Amino acid sequence: MTTIDAKALHFSQLGESLRALAGQEVQVKNCLGHRYIGAGISGISIDIDGIPGNALGAYLLEGSTIVTRGNAQDATGDTMSGGSIVIHGSTGDAVGYGMRGGSIFVKGNAGYRAGIHMKEFGEKCPKLVIGGKAGDFLGEYQAGGIIVVLGLNAKQGEPCVGRFCGTGQHGGKIFLRGGIVPNELPPQVFVKQTEPEDLEPIVPLLEQYAATFGVDLGMLKSSPYLLLTPNSANPYQSLYAQY
Amino acid sequence: MDLYVHPRFEVLRSEKKCICCRVCERQCANGAHGYDESAGTMESYDEKCVNCHRCVALCPTKALKIAETSHSFRQNANWSGHTIQELYLQANTGGVLLSSMGNPRPLPSYFDRILLNASQVTNPSIDPLREPMETRTFLGKKNQTVTRDTRGRLKDNMGAQLELRAPIMFSAMSLGSISYNAHASLANAARELGIFYNCGEGGLHKDFYKYGPNTIVQVASGRFGVHQPYLMAGAAVEIKMGQGAKPGIGGHLPGHKNMGQIAATRMTPEGSDAISPAPHHDIYSIEDLRQLVYSLKEATGNTKPIIVKIAAVHNVAAIASGVARSGADIIAIDGFRGGTGAAPTRIRDNVGIPIELALASVDQKLRDEGIRSDVSLVVGGSIRSSTDWVKAIALGADACYIATGALLALGCHLCRSCHTNLCNWGIATQRPDLVRRLNPEIGAEHLVNLIKAWQHELREIMGGMGINSVEALRGNRLMLRGVGMTREELDILGIKHAGL
Repeated sequence: MTTIDAKALHFSQLGESLRALAGQEVQVKNCLGHRYIGAGISGISIDIDGIPGNALGAYLLEGSTIVTRGNAQDATGDTMSGGSIVIHGSTGDAVGYGMRGGSIFVKGNAGYRAGIHMKEFGEKCPKLVIGGKAGDFLGEYQAGGIIVVLGLNAKQGEPCVGRFCGTGQHGGKIFLRGGIVPNELPPQVFVKQTEPEDLEPIVPLLEQYAATFGVDLGMLKSSPYLLLTPNSANPYQSLYAQY
Repeated sequence: MDLYVHPRFEVLRSEKKCICCRVCERQCANGAHGYDESAGTMESYDEKCVNCHRCVALCPTKALKIAETSHSFRQNANWSGHTIQELYLQANTGGVLLSSMGNPRPLPSYFDRILLNASQVTNPSIDPLREPMETRTFLGKKNQTVTRDTRGRLKDNMGAQLELRAPIMFSAMSLGSISYNAHASLANAARELGIFYNCGEGGLHKDFYKYGPNTIVQVASGRFGVHQPYLMAGAAVEIKMGQGAKPGIGGHLPGHKNMGQIAATRMTPEGSDAISPAPHHDIYSIEDLRQLVYSLKEATGNTKPIIVKIAAVHNVAAIASGVARSGADIIAIDGFRGGTGAAPTRIRDNVGIPIELALASVDQKLRDEGIRSDVSLVVGGSIRSSTDWVKAIALGADACYIATGALLALGCHLCRSCHTNLCNWGIATQRPDLVRRLNPEIGAEHLVNLIKAWQHELREIMGGMGINSVEALRGNRLMLRGVGMTREELDILGIKHAGL
């Protein structure tokens, strides 16, 4: 395990050090808003002590893991391709933007536009799990992958996500624990209460969330969930007149 | 009952020349030709014809021609027949009018009203056939400070640059909007010419990674096909913020085109629409753009110049100034005549401004603010000839992007039907039987011929001006004069009227 003290480092210096340590285990101490940690690096394991800045784990590759003990900021896991990011706190806006593989586990809340443009192809299916609540536009333009919002801190009867959830969704699945239908759902989204077999793809995610953050797995598994899926893979097909 | 829309084109067949070989029928994916078995004659279905000339070009007896219909509405200077028919179509369907390629409207071309200079008597012209002419161009931020080591030697503090043998590149067209064979043609030609092609926002097909040193890879809001190896594969990374053909409108590849290799390259589920909206939903400010620029620099270890492509719109100079401060190394500006594989017709025909005016005002703004050297400027939309190219450089461009011109070299006949997936020339289609019609080796040869011809012309024109390097032509507005322009137009372009 290599330790880097980030206190006096610019983000570009920290980035250079981390790229040189690809394939190793690294602890970053005194992290204070450093952006782009782990951007595009494969096979690295980064443990962050402090607060990372925007675009944590952007373009992250297979075999990399990032664990942060505090909160993360905006654009966590932007266009992430593989590996995993675990946040023992909350994260800002646009977490998992354009994500196409790997997993992100957020113990607390996520900001606006979490999981937008997530996509999948073949073996690659990205997963985003948010333990608390998520802001507006969750899963906007989602084309693939799985988003789970647990709403563990949601009040009784309160939806665990904000408005316009799944706007333009044309693929993938969104699971919302608690069974409360979010406000102002767009017409592209089809909502149903889950049957036990619907939950199969998220059971391993619930297990990992429970184990990582010390939450009762039985409670997670026995809760009611809503499943949001697109009602068309071609939402704008009838919009145009060709000539 | 639908409102009647009369066919736009008429297929004219010479009965005398036609030998009923049925080549036209086999060649037309639109189904504009048929064969009447009982009568033993060829039939035409005018309503299916898009005037792409495939049948005309391949008819062995040259029995065919296509004419714009002479069928007319009652004369009306305000309501053209075409406008009336478009309205009927919308009344029938309730749809947004969709078309492709660049703005065809008869709006003024400033390139056509700019004339070039040549030397006479003093500062004699140069014969490019005998004397060296430097057309090599480097794109990227040029540092304004010199740093030296302890022994006084210059330190190389130059960031990543693109080196072009001549200041021209093929601009972004995605795999999906154009075919595999069209991409192969562009990639091959770029390599042979020592320039770059741009794979567009649909990702880079695995077969084309080998052309990486001559490829610009694009990142758009949909992030199709983007992963770290893709970013590393190209010589530069372009962030697509806008497109000249449809400023403020995003990309939308319909699900029926997003199949097989296209979906695999885009890394999206087969058959689902590939949507990349105009806004990047993580960019609401120059600071946000800066974040994306630097995340790409970090992910590529600062080895690639970052291009930010914007559409030419009303406040383009102020926007470009912001982009220059975002850390971008190159700004690409796309004029309102730029092409597209599909765009709402009304947007294509009415949004954006001419590239000549946008370029001149951006170049001036960056000079005024003392940041012109922080970025290179690349312009497109539309550069139709070597003289448009020369004029753009003299107005301040470091290099030009061409795409419509490149497709014409591949056989495109500008029928503006790319969005139908029925391109009979194998360019803007994903139908395997049609794609096969474009031979990538011949395609590359035509592209190489075109650019070489333009390079000769560029050297001739520069030589005539008494200039022997592109560097000395760049921003050299003294080489330009306007004809038939207002004071204001001349001021924006920063040129004098002819005669002065």
